[in-house]
Amino acid sequence: MNLELSLFSILLVPFAAAGLALIHQGLGRSRSAAHAMLASLCALAVSAIVFVLFGSAWAGSVGAATHSFTAGGAHWDWLGAAPFFARGVSFDGADAAGLSRSLVLCLELFAVGLAAIIPLSAGTDRWRLGPICLSSALLAGVTFPVFAHWVWGAGWLAQLGANFGIPNFTDAGGTGAVQVVGGLTALSVAWIAGPRRGKYSDDGMPAAIPGHNIVLVLFGCLLALVGWIGLDAAVSILFYGAGPQQVVGVAINAMLAASAGCLAALAITRSRYHKPDASLSANGWIAGLVAGSAACAMISPVAAIVIGLVAGVLVTYMIEVFELRLRVDDPGGAVSVHALAGIWGLIALGIFGHFSQGTRGGHLLAQLVGISALLGFMLPLIHAGNLLLNRLSTYRVDDDGHWQGMDIRELGAGAYPEFVIHADEFVPR
Amino acid sequence: MKLGACLLLLFGFFLVLAALVMLTSLAQRSAFVGAGFGVEVLGLSLLTHAYRTMRREQR
Repeated sequence: MNLELSLFSILLVPFAAAGLALIHQGLGRSRSAAHAMLASLCALAVSAIVFVLFGSAWAGSVGAATHSFTAGGAHWDWLGAAPFFARGVSFDGADAAGLSRSLVLCLELFAVGLAAIIPLSAGTDRWRLGPICLSSALLAGVTFPVFAHWVWGAGWLAQLGANFGIPNFTDAGGTGAVQVVGGLTALSVAWIAGPRRGKYSDDGMPAAIPGHNIVLVLFGCLLALVGWIGLDAAVSILFYGAGPQQVVGVAINAMLAASAGCLAALAITRSRYHKPDASLSANGWIAGLVAGSAACAMISPVAAIVIGLVAGVLVTYMIEVFELRLRVDDPGGAVSVHALAGIWGLIALGIFGHFSQGTRGGHLLAQLVGISALLGFMLPLIHAGNLLLNRLSTYRVDDDGHWQGMDIRELGAGAYPEFVIHADEFVPR
Repeated sequence: MKLGACLLLLFGFFLVLAALVMLTSLAQRSAFVGAGFGVEVLGLSLLTHAYRTMRREQR
């Protein structure tokens, strides 16, 4: 393992969180802008503390203690059993295993923060700060560690080969553990919080509520690229043994997938609406990054372009399907961008990946098993947890808060106090 | 309806696990994993429908 390269890659990951925070803030309304940024900081802060205290024990790492059982002739390693409060991790550099564990802890600490920021996008303009902290704690303490252990901590998904004779499930850029888990949490939050007031008319037709600062959204995309390259490279190095040459490929593939996703969204919106849509193009960029992550070190540049193109097309249409047909009000498109594009990326790894062992059919099957675990186990777990938290502290702000905006309601001051406040064009008082 | 939908999601997952444990050939496993996915999609559709119905009634 190349220590300097892995450490450098890990230290880039917070840029992805900064990028997503800017995107969520810009795609929301101006009267909730400060709240959106503070919510991102709170999600990062809560997830970091909870993960180090509890989550890291359940996420575990290769070679650490685990909870497991034997059934059906297979060994089911389902949860890490490392000491709580990160007591199993030393920072004295005395041995190689300790160094590896400290790097894994640092990477997962930033990765869980990124995952915790994703659902904020779906709850923009109505999700209260207290419940945001509770939901981030749930994600960092339970849901992320469970799937991270299955994939990166030598859990059952990483042992499909030893138990069932098919290749192991692969998630070389955190697409499953970070993006899809975050995206499914966003779906759960959007269901529980309900649509923004004024989003749907009485006959169910949606109103367009545009983001308030598209410049910040596009700048966030550029920041996210840097962070994504770091995340993809760090996961590839620490969990899949990638070397410096493969890391170069990771960076090239991330850039190509993002570019293809953005251009696909831009072309589609240009052909449908006669002008390119900036916010959907930004979503296409992030969707390309998400989809390209899964296979980042294992595909050719051409495959990265194809994966990004499909992700861009998928996201452009699915955002509309969620809004118009499924009546899911997801202002930042988190469900489509992170969950759906992530699932596509995991499948695409089975289709386009270069593997030294195993058949392509076997790899595809392994990826489908992993996706099935995400939809069939993680989604009910995430949704049950969030429903429970909603009982403890209601996610949705009350009607007065809707009208005032989250800044005034929860923080007592707006993000832009010198702006002239116009009559609300969307919500009648 | 929501509980039923979540149970369907879980059943689909267990069908996928059962395919891994009980079957050996790639074709058979793929077919059963596909069936498990079908059940999961059914659960997801039911959950979405449940929330749509709830919102409509709230309006």
